[in-house]
Amino acid sequence: MAYSNKVIDHYENPRNVGSFDKDDASVATGMVGAPACGDVMKLQIKVNADGIIEDAKFKTYGCGSAIASSSLVTEWVKGKSLDEAQQIKNTDIAQELALPPVKIHCSILAEDAIKAAIADYKQKHGG
Amino acid sequence: MNYFQLFNLPAKFDLDLTELGSRYLKLQKQFHPDQHSSGSERDKLLAVQQTANINDAYHSLKQPLLRAEHLLALRGLKISHEQRSFTDPLFLMQQMELREQLAEIEQSADPDAVIDDIERQLQQQKKQLLQQLATALDSETAEQDHLAADLIRKLKFFFKLQQELELIEQQLQD
Repeated sequence: MAYSNKVIDHYENPRNVGSFDKDDASVATGMVGAPACGDVMKLQIKVNADGIIEDAKFKTYGCGSAIASSSLVTEWVKGKSLDEAQQIKNTDIAQELALPPVKIHCSILAEDAIKAAIADYKQKHGG
Repeated sequence: MNYFQLFNLPAKFDLDLTELGSRYLKLQKQFHPDQHSSGSERDKLLAVQQTANINDAYHSLKQPLLRAEHLLALRGLKISHEQRSFTDPLFLMQQMELREQLAEIEQSADPDAVIDDIERQLQQQKKQLLQQLATALDSETAEQDHLAADLIRKLKFFFKLQQELELIEQQLQD
């Protein structure tokens, strides 16, 4: 199956790979996995005092589309408020990366990862 | 379609694989399209369809995860095509760590020893999960069925890790 140029770009030059210290109070972590293909995705956000996501990192073990989806999301969420980041839809990710139907679940995984990270932040901060 | 019924076997997770194999061969012979070559077009078509069903059923029942999925589907819990993300953070953290161990194999001083070590971990975890799965499926309650579904999801991650490990092993040998 052919990957789109955007997927290949993110796959070969993934943005924001890595980890933050999960015990840092400003850091929140979203962990999700896809049983069907065994992909595992970790997405972390660093939120400033104004509730703005100032940095994001990811680590994904999975196919090119899963890596590209999480890489793209870390780019998109930077500078966004938690509420704005919450609005990111898997369909936007799939469209941006021109994912074929069989890879839509990778974009769902990335949407769920950012939602899980936001939920983790709210839980950590009693929201 | 109830695959267990097709082979006239009890709908249980604990399955006699030798018995399954011999019933499969018998059914396959019985419905082989060649046996129906003198029949009508309709008979021939039915035989071809039935052969396909028998093959599907055999391959699903032979593999523990597919068998467990089929058993749950018969009980009204369909998970084979679900696209829902798995979100158990502790389990996923452990998966992440195992993936990191796999990624570090190549750089290690003694890759074979590391592979053996991971292999042992994977086998042990898989064995445990499969035992829990068997117990959960045997109790036939809705609550235990949902637990079984989660165990199947976890096992899929371990089967994937096993594949990845075998791939690394092959690459190291080449």
